[in-house]
Amino acid sequence: MTTAEKLEGGLDTQQVISKEIAAIQAASPAAEPQPRLDFAPYRSSLLRHPTKDLRQADPEGAELVAPVFGQSDVDPLEADLTIQSGGEPIGERIVVTGRLVDGDGRPVRRQLVEIWHANAAGRYIHLRDQHPAPIDPNFTGTGRCLTDDEGVYSFTTIKPGPYPWHNHRNAWRPAHIHFSLFGTDFTQRMITQMYFPADPLFALDPIYQSITDPRVRERLVATYDHDLSQHDRLLGYRWDIVLTGAHATWTEPEGDDRA
Amino acid sequence: MPDLVPDLAPTPGQTIGPFFHYALPYAGDCQLVDPGAPGSIRLHGHVYDGHGVGLPDALLEIRQADPAGRVPTVEGSLHRDGRFTGWGRCSTDRLGHYWFRTVEPGPTRDGGAPFFAVTVFARGLLNRLFTRIYLPVDDATLAADPLLSGLDDDSRTRLVATREDDGSLRLDLHLQGPQETPFLTYPRHRG
Ligand SMILES: [Fe+3]
Repeated sequence: MTTAEKLEGGLDTQQVISKEIAAIQAASPAAEPQPRLDFAPYRSSLLRHPTKDLRQADPEGAELVAPVFGQSDVDPLEADLTIQSGGEPIGERIVVTGRLVDGDGRPVRRQLVEIWHANAAGRYIHLRDQHPAPIDPNFTGTGRCLTDDEGVYSFTTIKPGPYPWHNHRNAWRPAHIHFSLFGTDFTQRMITQMYFPADPLFALDPIYQSITDPRVRERLVATYDHDLSQHDRLLGYRWDIVLTGAHATWTEPEGDDRA
Repeated sequence: MPDLVPDLAPTPGQTIGPFFHYALPYAGDCQLVDPGAPGSIRLHGHVYDGHGVGLPDALLEIRQADPAGRVPTVEGSLHRDGRFTGWGRCSTDRLGHYWFRTVEPGPTRDGGAPFFAVTVFARGLLNRLFTRIYLPVDDATLAADPLLSGLDDDSRTRLVATREDDGSLRLDLHLQGPQETPFLTYPRHRG
């Protein structure tokens, strides 16, 4: 074993990981709509995926009603990640916007969207992030907003950098923004990641490739939209999000606060 | 206004990853009621992996009815002001322990078995998991529950909390292994 291998803890090479990914994908039926939970190339999934089939349940009660968030929960300024500290963060300033709809095409109105991502150098403000890239004192990388009446969310931020991780030797995550989303019923709750167009790391990344159908995983890639870019200020990306269909027929909350 | 999304297939999920702790947790996230509120209880347990090791980087959310069986649709979960919103969030500690301070949900239909709806996220878990934590009510009510009645005895016990001496409700979640928690899918998750 070379010193480098010891330092890396005997991690597998990219070649090994890529071969595993290719084998699983070749054996997968087309159009699997969600990532595999059991996806060995993502080593952390080995002991963290259920081995039994999911049980079919008819949702009832609290499952049929998403939590409600409102203006008391979210300050509109939280949607701009470039103004949270004293100065401007380093990086390409961008806007990321899109529409949140459910599986029936209905806009998800006035619902909470949360994001977090690395800074332009690929570093998170997180105690466990050991990547020796600079922390940006003017960037925390967290944002929240409420969708509007058309289901549109919008964040102003900087473009995150790719970052290394220890899944295998020389493993790098494609640049991404983590998104946390609610629908109108609780069964629509989801967390995902948005990626940027034409990232050279896509083919190498076991998290992105855990979605075995290329057309399905491409749904996580935003589109550069020049009409969203602003003269002398920022570049625009559009990313629309579709949740599953709601089980309940949605009625507007009454603003009833007796509870 | 942007165009409608042309293809209504759901956007796929991805893992929450390891770095959510500075973004999603917030003050009061796991405290649905104030300390000493009438009927206040602790709901807690551990989240374990396939080797029985606690997950230090999981995030749980619960959604529930109030004691009268009514599911609140009021805002105020992020800046709690005493209103009961019926939703909470807890990131596990170093040993995989989670806890919520809340009240016990009532049944949302006549004769229904009351439960907390639960979503689990974790590093290493490529998509969220749904499950339920039932209250340890009488056997007849649990036996009549449409989900529980379809499970074998072992699986059923893994969805029903136990009552501790101090009144707390406890249920451990196992993502994998001989004590694996039954996880749920709903009709509209298909395709
Ligand atoms: Fe990340």
